[in-house]
Amino acid sequence: MTATAPRSTTERAPLPLDVAAVRADFPILGRSVRDGKPLVYLDSGATSQKPRQVLDAERWFYENVNAAPHRGAHALAEEATEAYEAARATIASFIGGQPDEVVFTRNSTEAINLVAYAMSNAVTAKEPEFRRYAVGQGDEVVVTEMEHHANLVPWQQLCERTGATLRWLGLTDDGRLDLSDLDTVVNERTKLVTVTQQSNILGTMPPLQPIIERAHAVGALVMVDGAQSVPHQPVDVAALGADFLVFSGHKMLGPTGVGVLWGRAEVLAALPPFLTGGSMIEVVRMEGSTFAPPPQRFEAGVPMTAQVIGLAAACDYLTALGMENVLAHEEALTEYALAELQAIPGVTVIGPVDTVARGGAISFTVEGIHPHDVGQVLDDQGIAVRVGHHCAWPVVRRYGVPATTRATFYVHTGYDDVDALVEGVRHAQRFFGVDTQVEEAR
Amino acid sequence: MKLQDMYQEIILDHYRNPHGRGLREPFDAEVHHVNPTCGDEVTLRVKVDGDTLTDVSYEGMGCSISQASVSAMYDLVVGRSVQDALATGDDFMKLMQAKGDQAVADELEDSLEDAVAFAGVSKYPARIKCALMSWMALKDASARAWGGPAA
Ligand SMILES: Cc1ncc(COP(=O)(O)O)c(C=O)c1O
Repeated sequence: MTATAPRSTTERAPLPLDVAAVRADFPILGRSVRDGKPLVYLDSGATSQKPRQVLDAERWFYENVNAAPHRGAHALAEEATEAYEAARATIASFIGGQPDEVVFTRNSTEAINLVAYAMSNAVTAKEPEFRRYAVGQGDEVVVTEMEHHANLVPWQQLCERTGATLRWLGLTDDGRLDLSDLDTVVNERTKLVTVTQQSNILGTMPPLQPIIERAHAVGALVMVDGAQSVPHQPVDVAALGADFLVFSGHKMLGPTGVGVLWGRAEVLAALPPFLTGGSMIEVVRMEGSTFAPPPQRFEAGVPMTAQVIGLAAACDYLTALGMENVLAHEEALTEYALAELQAIPGVTVIGPVDTVARGGAISFTVEGIHPHDVGQVLDDQGIAVRVGHHCAWPVVRRYGVPATTRATFYVHTGYDDVDALVEGVRHAQRFFGVDTQVEEAR
Repeated sequence: MKLQDMYQEIILDHYRNPHGRGLREPFDAEVHHVNPTCGDEVTLRVKVDGDTLTDVSYEGMGCSISQASVSAMYDLVVGRSVQDALATGDDFMKLMQAKGDQAVADELEDSLEDAVAFAGVSKYPARIKCALMSWMALKDASARAWGGPAA
């Protein structure tokens, strides 16, 4: 299989992370797939693998502390509450925020929906202080064309519920956000602007500062979708200056079932609840109820306690590696992978082709082979990538491709993994007989 | 499990040289089906005379499996009665549920002809939908052509 692979001449910058040491922390990376092939996991963008430290933290909680936090006064309940709130503090400090500004949700999707529903609940809230961010006819909500469906569909739905209008910033041909009409798209009618910090399909990191400045100049709220940024780069909410940041635990070495909505304290305070029930109330009478202050107002029901503990362990793990190092590590891999992939005739990268303001999600097409088929041949060699529209259907439509193959990197990825990918793509070309006739294929 | 089990030569031939491709007039019903997990799409038209499927025409984009499947289906169903075509579709569904069981494939060979080559696809759960999309579209279009609601 490697016989025909030309030796790469691309320079390999030294990697900031010790890949072998990191890999030793991830039990799953030791397994094989598809008849004994070592697993090459290049799908962290969909969900990340979990280091032993995170698994141990969850197990520690269940084996030693398990109880419902914020309920009851027995010893376990007290310890569980303490562990849960300590985890909140760890996670808050990971993004430079305050614990009271961190709301736990199921994932990014739920965090985004929480805000979208709070804004339509504001329309009919009986409490005047909850009506501040109500949206309705004549108001506008701004998204971008590169958003994940999770940061698009909830806003379409909000607009349908309230009569507000959805507007969006488009994309340039080279995979960047087009800010040329920022001042008209974001205007005095805008109530909220939401934008990803790192595109899950293109890898693009759009410039957030001009967007946040413009939004705040017209009095709009700003949400940043950090699902792909918080796991891969240092993020500091104080420096960022947005009003909301959302991210998912499972994409940053943490467990599934826990996500975060960070919200500026005074903004959260003015939002009515999304889900209601236990834990989020102040006083309940048969005639009606009043609600707790944030973050409890937005955490109805017994929370995903063990998962929150696991996520705090993931934050500790990433902090120990250093988020600057994580970013630099992936940048080196991305630079190498972009050069190596583009050196293959017939391969086209969809998204920025340099590492300027770009993360490690690399989408590409292979001429003459559908992305599904590329993915299938890679899978046969033990290489896990994602294929399809990556929950960003408007993006693939914008670039005129039916789908892409996407590789994503993380702290355990090394140059060998990239080499396996590159050789896998060449193998797919041989398998489908397009290696010699790339020009006339299709 | 071998990749070649899925990508049989017959399948790759249908993919490279699809049979019956293109949307044609006249037609009695047209449907558009998508596979929302991957974005594969097919637009399919049927022409029915009496109870005979006199033409099935289509346009689509998708992976080799979905494109080969619609081409093999075209060969199997055009000129047959709608009932026979749908019964063949049921057989194809059985093949897709066989998890690679050779006995099932052998049993269905007479009914499915070339399309029995898709047996290998049934070992890859993520790809079964690709193979089934055109058959679902055919079922839908046939029901509409007969005036009833989509089956
Ligand atoms: C940029 C982006 N936003 C939002 C999401 C949604 O995350 P989740 O599925 O964890 O809610 C994803 C997940 O792929 C993503 O990549």
